Amino acid sequence: MTTLHFEAQDITKEFNRKRIVEHISFDLHEGQSLALVGRNGAGKSTVAKILCGLLSPTRGTVALSVNGTPAPYPAHLYPHIGFVAPYINLYDEFTGLENLQLCARLRNYATDPDGRASRLLKQFSLFEKRNDELRTYSSGMKQRLKYCAALLHEPPLLVLDEPCANLDEEGIAVVREVMTHQKRTGILIIATNDRDDLSYADSIVTVERVAQS
Amino acid sequence: MSATLGKILLSLWLTAVIILGFAMPMVPEPRFWYELPLVPGLEEKARNIIFHVPMAWTTVVAFAVSVVFSIRYLRTKHYMEEIRTVAAAGLGTMFCILATMTGSLWAKFNWGSFWNWDPRETSIFILLLIYSAYFALRSAIDNEEKRATLSSVYAIIAGVTMPFFIFVMPRIMTGLHPGSKGDEMGSAPVAQLHMPPNMLMLFLASIFGFTAFFFWMYNLKVRSLVLEHKQHMSAQ
Amino acid sequence: MKTFIRSAYVLVEKEIRSEFRTRYALNALMMFVITTLSIILFSFGGETVPTDVLCGLLWIVIFFSAMSGLSRTFVAEEERGTVMTLQLMTHSSTVLTGKLVYNCLLALALNLFIGLAYQIIVPDFTVRTQSIYWTTIVLGSLGLAVASTLLAAIIAKANTKGTLYPVLAFPILLPILLTAIKATKQAADGAFFAEVLQEFQIMLAFAVAYVALSTVVFEYIWND
Repeated sequence: MTTLHFEAQDITKEFNRKRIVEHISFDLHEGQSLALVGRNGAGKSTVAKILCGLLSPTRGTVALSVNGTPAPYPAHLYPHIGFVAPYINLYDEFTGLENLQLCARLRNYATDPDGRASRLLKQFSLFEKRNDELRTYSSGMKQRLKYCAALLHEPPLLVLDEPCANLDEEGIAVVREVMTHQKRTGILIIATNDRDDLSYADSIVTVERVAQS
Repeated sequence: MSATLGKILLSLWLTAVIILGFAMPMVPEPRFWYELPLVPGLEEKARNIIFHVPMAWTTVVAFAVSVVFSIRYLRTKHYMEEIRTVAAAGLGTMFCILATMTGSLWAKFNWGSFWNWDPRETSIFILLLIYSAYFALRSAIDNEEKRATLSSVYAIIAGVTMPFFIFVMPRIMTGLHPGSKGDEMGSAPVAQLHMPPNMLMLFLASIFGFTAFFFWMYNLKVRSLVLEHKQHMSAQ
Repeated sequence: MKTFIRSAYVLVEKEIRSEFRTRYALNALMMFVITTLSIILFSFGGETVPTDVLCGLLWIVIFFSAMSGLSRTFVAEEERGTVMTLQLMTHSSTVLTGKLVYNCLLALALNLFIGLAYQIIVPDFTVRTQSIYWTTIVLGSLGLAVASTLLAAIIAKANTKGTLYPVLAFPILLPILLTAIKATKQAADGAFFAEVLQEFQIMLAFAVAYVALSTVVFEYIWND
């Protein structure tokens, strides 16, 4: 199993000189999981984006090291992260399989990408639709394909924003399996308000809306 | 106290320059220090040099200042560098408009039409377009950090294109336009000046005065933006 | 390094494949070029137009076609919410390289077509030195594409993208446009290739300068 250390120290984010989130800190190792909870608009998604290197924090640091080697924040985080979120989309004009192939090839993921893609598609019940363009998918199917894309390179760190959005019972069950597996072998971070999701987290960080005067 | 003294001196200096620029009589055979030579064909219109060239010079200085502080902003992401860039660009735009207007008046009285598309007219117009584009870009971005970053990048891009433009202009303009009649300064952006000593002194005094004036206004603008920034922060 | 080139190639391939699926360039851009050329022809009304003007008009058509087509590669990513997807999959330098190469290919294809159509369709436009003409189109397209790509990355992050793009681009592209117009004139007049060398050097220098500038500033534009 890979040794992981993911640490956030006193993360603060300001937009237009207004403080959105402040004082987010945690320290995670492999086999641990974290839930970010908070009311709507509290800034959970902002924190999730900061953790993945998509936004830089105004203050504070994020540090990831994999097997003792630090992955410089934010530009070199992406090979180790899988991120699923409602605002992260794939390409509508490509088929499901083409989207996955694009992900694998851009990331230079070498270990049998096609075999892994097929296995993931089957796991998420998308194998039959793999050659259909994404614009023909329902929102639930798109969500499931996002999971396939995020898991393709076997990321040690998995971040899920609203893990079960748009999913039916079947989809939710598969996602729970994924979450359980990720908890065991890597680090799992979920941003959610769903009670059932919370049971998959070892620890909870509450993101509170910063009081505006 | 020395700042106030400096400002008073500068005000007197510029007032003197402006008054002398208009008041020094132009005679065919200057005998006293306060008499300027009357050049047939140019006559009173030559006075424009005292005002027009310093304006154009100042707007170029303002542009260079904007580019420098844009680079510094990208490296440090400190709000002060952004404030300095915006202040310089704003003043630069104002001086650019003034330079274009005084230049256009000069063109009308010397060559008969307000606009000729000769090299230097075109250059100042392009600079005006760049300043306008800079502010158009800023107005199209809501997020402050993004606005500062993207407008700094644009300023740097404009800084890269200017040398090309300055190099390309004379080559193109000699091909398209023969150059304006009576324009002994040629098509290069840096003018060759043949002026009698007293006029040259007045001219250099004007350049110095307007540049100092620019930095005075720039300083005021920066300070007012800083105050506005602090007020915004303390209102949090 | 090899992985970088491979990833950049994947991105170029993605853009080309996306173009084949959506046929944007083929439909919208081509129609834009044909419409513009038609308007120009109608405006002549059968009169003879001096070669100077015709050369300038050619590059006006090329400029506005660039404004129509070269921003799509970045704007489409913003509109479809795939910017973060790309940020999660690859480094910003790969994105820049991929989109630069694609835009250069697009600009070359488009402008070679425009260059050919212009010679065929516009009466009174005869080019005596073809080698100068086509070299100008190639070098001019590269310079245009490189600078336009960087500007497209900027306006993709702003509001009012479509109207802002020409406003930002015109002062920046003016040096290369003027040089290209002059070289086209010399091609039409029948100058020797060697006489136009300095114009070609300027255009090449412009393209190189902007590639260098892009590699330095792109990550400030692309990353938040």
